[in-house]
Amino acid sequence: MYDKKVIIPGIVIFLWLFLLPFWYNMGKATPPPEPKTDTPVIKQLTEKKCIEDTLFMKTSHMQLLNDWRDSVVRERNRVHTASNGKQYEMSLQKECMNCHSNKSEFCDKCHDYVAVKPYCWDCHLEPKEKK
Amino acid sequence: MENSRRKFLKIAGISVLGLGVKPVVDVVASEEPQKYAPNAEALRGKRWAMVVDTRKCKNDCTDCITACHTIHNVPDIKNPKHEVKWIWAEKYGHVFPGQEHEYLDHSVENRPFMVLCNHCDDPACVRVCPTKATFKREDGIVLMDMHRCIGCRFCMAACPFGARSFNWMDPRPFVKDENAKFPTRMKGVVEKCNFCAERLAEGLMPACVEACKDKALIFGDLEDPSSEVRKILSSNYTIRRKPELGTNPMVYYIV
Amino acid sequence: MLEKALTGKRRYWTWVFFLLGIIGAGFVTYLWQLKQGLSITGMSRDVSWGFYISQFTYLVGVAASAVMLVIPYYLHHYKKFGKMMILGEFVAVAAVTMCLLFIIVDLGQPQRAMNVILYPTPGSILFWDMLVLNGYLFINIIVAWTALGAERQGIAPPLWIKPFIYLSIPWAISIHTVTAFLYAGLPGRHYWLTAILAARFLASAFCSGPAILVLLMLIVKKLTKFDAGKEALQALTKIIAYAMFLNVFFVFLELFTAFYSNIPGHMHSFEYLFHGDGVLVPFMWTSAVLGIISLALLIPSSTRNNVKILVPTLVMLIIATWIDKGLGLVAGGFIPNPLEHITEYFPTGFELMISLGVYATGALILTVLYKVATTVKEEAAT
Repeated sequence: MYDKKVIIPGIVIFLWLFLLPFWYNMGKATPPPEPKTDTPVIKQLTEKKCIEDTLFMKTSHMQLLNDWRDSVVRERNRVHTASNGKQYEMSLQKECMNCHSNKSEFCDKCHDYVAVKPYCWDCHLEPKEKK
Repeated sequence: MENSRRKFLKIAGISVLGLGVKPVVDVVASEEPQKYAPNAEALRGKRWAMVVDTRKCKNDCTDCITACHTIHNVPDIKNPKHEVKWIWAEKYGHVFPGQEHEYLDHSVENRPFMVLCNHCDDPACVRVCPTKATFKREDGIVLMDMHRCIGCRFCMAACPFGARSFNWMDPRPFVKDENAKFPTRMKGVVEKCNFCAERLAEGLMPACVEACKDKALIFGDLEDPSSEVRKILSSNYTIRRKPELGTNPMVYYIV
Repeated sequence: MLEKALTGKRRYWTWVFFLLGIIGAGFVTYLWQLKQGLSITGMSRDVSWGFYISQFTYLVGVAASAVMLVIPYYLHHYKKFGKMMILGEFVAVAAVTMCLLFIIVDLGQPQRAMNVILYPTPGSILFWDMLVLNGYLFINIIVAWTALGAERQGIAPPLWIKPFIYLSIPWAISIHTVTAFLYAGLPGRHYWLTAILAARFLASAFCSGPAILVLLMLIVKKLTKFDAGKEALQALTKIIAYAMFLNVFFVFLELFTAFYSNIPGHMHSFEYLFHGDGVLVPFMWTSAVLGIISLALLIPSSTRNNVKILVPTLVMLIIATWIDKGLGLVAGGFIPNPLEHITEYFPTGFELMISLGVYATGALILTVLYKVATTVKEEAAT
C-alpha cells in the first residue's frame, strides 16, 4: 500500500471524529421523559382526554398543528370537530396551552429528549408558569 | 425475458399514473363532514373596506393606534429605522403626495390622517411574493402567513403605501404588555395590518374601529348595499391613496 | 482536472489563504447577523433593500456579460475570442454564485429559502429569478468544464455541448432582464418604474462585465504563460466602448423624460441622488464624472488601444457603473419613501464585512477555476 503512513492514521482520525457522538454519550443513559399532565385545568376535567386519544396526539400532534396553522391562517377556519363530535378552537395559544399550561413540564420534556426545537415559541406566547 | 420486461414497464407505468390520480379521487370521494370550519359567530363579508373620516379625527388622540398595537403585540421600537407599525398618523401632504398646496385649509393641513394597509383589491405585494406568504382572502383581506415568510422584503418594495414593516430584530423584548391571545412575530419576517382577521372570526369589529370614540373609522362590507360603509360612500365625497397605480385600495378618506 | 488547483507556487497559496481568511471573517459576521437579525445592517423600514441586493444586481450583470464573448465567437465565428472563452464563462460561474449568496444573506429567514420551491409562485419575478440564475450557473459550469476537458485532451468539444452554448445566449439576456423586472414592475417606485430599465441594465452589464474580464486577462497574462491575445482584447474593448456609450445614452434618456416632463415623482429620486446633502450625492457625482471620462477615453482608438491608458480607463468605468448600479440604484428607488419622507441609507461595517466575505468566495472560486484553466492551457500548449 502506498502512503501507509498517512492513510492509516487518516482512517483512524476519521473514525474517531465520525463516531464522536457515540463516545460522547457512552455510558450515559437518559431516562425516558414523563410529560406531566397535572395542570389545574386538566385536574378538573371529568374525562382526562385530549382532543383525540393519547396515541394519536403523541404521534401526530405536529401534523395536526401544521394542518391547523394553514387552515386558520389561509382558510379562515377556527373550529375543529374531533372524531367524537366535540368542538375545539383551532388555536395553540388559546386551546392547547389552556389545558397544557405547563410547557416546561409537558412540551419541553419530550422535545428535549428527542432533541427537536420547534420554533412555535419564537412567535406563539407560552403560558406564564410559576417557578 | 423481453416479454416480462415489457409487462413490468406497463404495470409500473399504470401504477405511477394511478398514484397521480389518487389525490383527484380523494377529493371527489371525500364526503365525510368538514373537520375544520369557521366560527359560527364570525362576521362574513365579501369585500371588507374602511372609511376614515378625517374630519372627526383629533390631533392628540392615539386610541386606535394603542388598541391595535396592544392587541396585536406590535413591538414598540423607538428607532424609526427599525420601527414596526400597523396604523399610524401622517400629514395630508404625505398621505396624498402632490395634492398639497400652499393655500391649503389649515384644519386639513394640521389634522392627523390615519394610514394603514389598504387591503388593495389588486395588491402589488401579493403579486410579487415568491412563496404566497402574503395573499388575498376571498373577503378582500390581504394577509400575511408568518409561518411561510422568508423575509425577502419584495412586498415592501412593491407596496406603494409604505404599509409594511420588517422585523429587523427579535420583537419580543419590545412588546410590553403581551396579549396572550395573539402571537408575536419573530425576527426576519414582514408584518402589517390584518384588518383584524382574528377578531372578525369571533364576530368582533376591528380593534381600531372599536377603540375610536369619535367614530372616525368605519368598517364594513362594500358588497352589502345596506352596510354603513356603503351609506357613507354614497353620501360623502371620498378619495383614496394613489388610485392611479391601479392597486384599488379599500381604505377611503373623507377630507 | 480539479487536482490542478492543489498544486501551486507560494504566491498562489498565500492568495488562497488570504481569501479563506476573509471568507471566515465574513462568515462569522454572518452568524452574528443570523443571531441579531438584519438590524446590524444599515437597512430600514423605508430602505428595505440595500447593499446586498444591489451587489446581487451588479453581479447578475457581470455574469450575463459572458455572452459578449459567446455571441461573436459562436454566432459570428470571431475565432480570436476562442482562447479566453472558458475564462469568460468561469467569471460567469463565480458571479452567479455570488449573486445567489447575496440573496441568501439578504433573507430574514434564510432557513426557509426552500419555500420558494415548496410553494412555487410563477406570478412572482423572484421565483423566475431563482430559476434563471440556477439554470445559468448550471449551463456555464457544463459548457466551460466540458470545453476545458476537451482542450486538455487536445480534441474538439463534443457536439452535445453545442445546444447548451446556444441556449446560454438568450439565457444570459434573460437573467439580467428578469433581474430588471424585479424592479421595473413595482408601482409607485418611480426610479425603477421605467420601460428602459432592462435595457439600461444590459448596457451597463455589457460594459462593466467585459471591463472586469479585460483586467483579469491582463493580470492572468502577468501571472501565467496564458495570453488571451492582443487583438482579442482590443475587440473586447471595442464592445465595451459601444456598451458604455449606450449605457450613458440610456441614463440621458431617463434624465430627459424625468426633467422635461417635470413630473415630481419622476424627478424626486434623481434630485435626491444628485442634489442637496444626501450621503450618496458625492458618490453619484463621482460615478457621473468617471463614467463620462472613461467613455471619452474609450471612443478614440488611440487611447483605447493603449494599455497604459486603458487600464485606468476600465478601472474608472467599473467604479462608475458599480456606484450607479451597486449603490445608487437600490437606494434611489427607495428614497424618498412612498409617503415622501427621506430616510438615508448607508451600509454598516457588518454589512460590508459580510459582502466582502461573499466577494472573497467569488474570488476564491474564480482563482481555483482560473488556476485549473491556465494550467490546462499551459500544458496543452507545450
